[in-house]
Amino acid sequence: MRLPRTGARGGRRVVSLLAAGALAVVASGCADSERAASGDSSSGSSEASGGSFVFAGSAEPVTLDPFYASDGESFRVARQIFEGLVGTKPGTADPAPLLAESWETSADGLTTTFQLRDGVTFSDDTEFNAEAVCFNFDRWYNTPTGIAQSEDLSYYYGKIFRGFAEGKSTDGIYESCEATGDLEAVVTLNAPFAGFIAALSLPAFSMQSPTALEKYPVPEGTDPRKGDYANDYPTGTGPFVLDAWDKGSKVTLARNDAYWGEPAKVDEAVVVAIADPGARRDALISGDVDGFDLVGPADLTALADEGMTIVNRPAFNVLYLGFNQATEPLDDIKVREAIAHAVNKEEVVSASLPEGTTPANQFMPDLVNGYAEDVPTYEYDPELAKQMLADAGQSDLTLEFNYPTEISRPYMPSPEATFNVLRTQLEAVGITIKPTADQWEDYLGVTTGTTKHGIHLLGWTGDYNDADNFLGVFFGTETMEWGFDNPELFKELTEARGLTTVADQTEAYTKISADVMEFLPGIPLASPVPSLAFSPSVEGYQASPVQDEVWSSVTVSE
Amino acid sequence: MLRFTLRRLALLVPVLFGLSILLFVWIRALPGDPARSLLGERATPEGIRQIRALYGFDKPLVEQYWAYLGQLVTFDFGSSIRDGRPVTDTFLEQFPATVELAFFAIVFAVVLGIPLGYAAARRRGELVDGAVITGSLIGVVIPVFFLAILLKLVFAIQLDWFPTSSRQDARIDATHITNFYVLDGLLTREFDAAWDAIVHLVLPAVALGTIPLAIIVRITRASVSEVLNEDYVRTAEAKGLHPQVVRRRHVLRNAMLPVLTTIGLQVGLLLSGAVLTESVFAFNGIGSYLFDAIAQRDYPVLQGYILFIALIYSLVNLAVDIGYGLIDPRVRVS
Repeated sequence: MRLPRTGARGGRRVVSLLAAGALAVVASGCADSERAASGDSSSGSSEASGGSFVFAGSAEPVTLDPFYASDGESFRVARQIFEGLVGTKPGTADPAPLLAESWETSADGLTTTFQLRDGVTFSDDTEFNAEAVCFNFDRWYNTPTGIAQSEDLSYYYGKIFRGFAEGKSTDGIYESCEATGDLEAVVTLNAPFAGFIAALSLPAFSMQSPTALEKYPVPEGTDPRKGDYANDYPTGTGPFVLDAWDKGSKVTLARNDAYWGEPAKVDEAVVVAIADPGARRDALISGDVDGFDLVGPADLTALADEGMTIVNRPAFNVLYLGFNQATEPLDDIKVREAIAHAVNKEEVVSASLPEGTTPANQFMPDLVNGYAEDVPTYEYDPELAKQMLADAGQSDLTLEFNYPTEISRPYMPSPEATFNVLRTQLEAVGITIKPTADQWEDYLGVTTGTTKHGIHLLGWTGDYNDADNFLGVFFGTETMEWGFDNPELFKELTEARGLTTVADQTEAYTKISADVMEFLPGIPLASPVPSLAFSPSVEGYQASPVQDEVWSSVTVSE
Repeated sequence: MLRFTLRRLALLVPVLFGLSILLFVWIRALPGDPARSLLGERATPEGIRQIRALYGFDKPLVEQYWAYLGQLVTFDFGSSIRDGRPVTDTFLEQFPATVELAFFAIVFAVVLGIPLGYAAARRRGELVDGAVITGSLIGVVIPVFFLAILLKLVFAIQLDWFPTSSRQDARIDATHITNFYVLDGLLTREFDAAWDAIVHLVLPAVALGTIPLAIIVRITRASVSEVLNEDYVRTAEAKGLHPQVVRRRHVLRNAMLPVLTTIGLQVGLLLSGAVLTESVFAFNGIGSYLFDAIAQRDYPVLQGYILFIALIYSLVNLAVDIGYGLIDPRVRVS
């Protein structure tokens, strides 16, 4: 048994050890514990070679087969066990070589040749090579019909590749994968998609061991998230391997000593689920965990006062005030522009968003390829806003303002506070606000599932560096959230998605971003900075805008 | 007694059947849609349609209920929409945590509550009585959630005597056989793990047990006061029985009937209170999972868990009724 290493500060540890000793004495008639004897030595070796890193997420992972995951907590664990062909440059969202050392895309954008890293093996000793790569691509393409193809399971494959070998959508963009050498794989698409390489950095497209997948098949018709493979034998090439998933309690990862790169510095990483942000904060302060994600903005000062280290992720999200153009007079561009002039983004940021947040001037953060340096802007000018409203015949305008309650999203940490600032600003230019607050689930139903809403708060956190992942997601098609039909914009976005090079795509999206800001479907407010917090004993945590955070460089000192 | 027990057990069937209908309708009457909740802010109409069809939510309500009933008779409670795990599996996995917590809470309440109530009754009108009554009044009115946060703030964060969250230190590599962590630690002789689980239970159990403690104190005090004035107690004392014998055989035994009823009724309160306590202490029992299931409209989990809880509540009350018979033979006869 491994005893708590730094689990408790002085007093509690002494009390615990004394009491544990007393409990053992009470049972002294019993034979010695077999595990205790072996555990003592592991405790000693653990201290000498790196110890544990205990991290608190907000929920348990849904599955440890990342292909069938789309939630951040499953991906957090998957990033330690698995690696994809493509990673990201530290601290950015830009694609970088990982299991593929390089790649080359043909001029028509359809064929990509990957040169693979030599000397890599999966943690079950299966060799990583071109055949393994094609096995994975074919596995994704041949996702069984039924539950496995549902949008909440194979979400990213469905979104990126847009179809499977069989099932409802068979018109996807994947054509084939061919192992043209031991370390060379050629992937062919049937339609160009410039975001292909960046999308491969998603954990859903991690390389998984063909041997393990074949050894633990998912019975037909059953939920693949819950098979033996996904529960107990997820096998990748990453710096950690699964030690145990103690359901309802923790996921324990052990260092992969055979890792091809720099081995992890800690012996083990433990991920626990603590849903309440306040409880996560308390667990860190009391030493129960070494770090946690999704720090509430209100807790930042308290944590800093306690000597905790705050690490900010570069913002890869956008919060906006959306206009529902299906509701009059929001279909009038003059009214939308007037509202834009009434909003003081700096005040919204300083009064309701975490420190370090920057106001947004378009519907994507500046880290994304296609971010436009020059877009139409609407300066804060309440007098002009009043005048414009009067010109549009809307001097006594009443607007329904929908906002969610009791929810904190990375792009919207305190919706109530943001609503209050905006409400004051809009009322200052003579707009009467009719507030409509709903709990998150109902709120989504009202704002995205019906056209019965007015202006509203929403946003998005990007998954990978592709403007389509922001602009395409928001405005790629007619939706009830925005309530407008703009075939020209939809066409522009569809064409941009199919461009063959990142350079062409960047140019196209720069223009589209400016067009969108002229059309003004909403007001981009800010890109809030998400924060993580760590005990002062933790060093080496590399924050990533797309949460590509691998813990191999983390150290935990006494 | 056997007939009584069997009759009560048989009565459970229509009760649970009725409850299953009520639950089914009530849960679906909640605003919100599990499909939308599952797919988040960028759900597409097609995606929502697909999920609704996959789980049968697009079918008429009666058809959905019949399908659910068909599952129920084979003891299949379906699988969670959020994580695909069978409801029975997650319940059996988490229930020991809640039982362990409720058990420690009730032990705390009984072990402290009965002596305090007894002492208050024996010294009625004295300082002890006043202190106990005032304390129990505070205990009854203080919300569980508030008390839990207060206890955590003082004893876990400020004084650092106890941990703030979870059931066991994440750094402990303990063996879990039954998922009752204290019991597991004793069975496997990993005493440090058992002690660690106990240390993790103290604050949640005190928070959860405070209201039952206050109620038990008040009921015990009232009940003992009443029995102390009974003729048979006076007779027993007058005939020279040892005071301890009078106390044990005549006073406590007779005073315990209403106390036992109260303890039985507290089980429901403990299970509902556990939802809040588990949330504050990140104690992974059925409470926190149920809480998430409500937010995410996870119909199978909500239906399954509430039915399980109702079944357990009914069984505990049955056990209390049987306990009556054991304590008081008059009940058996009637």
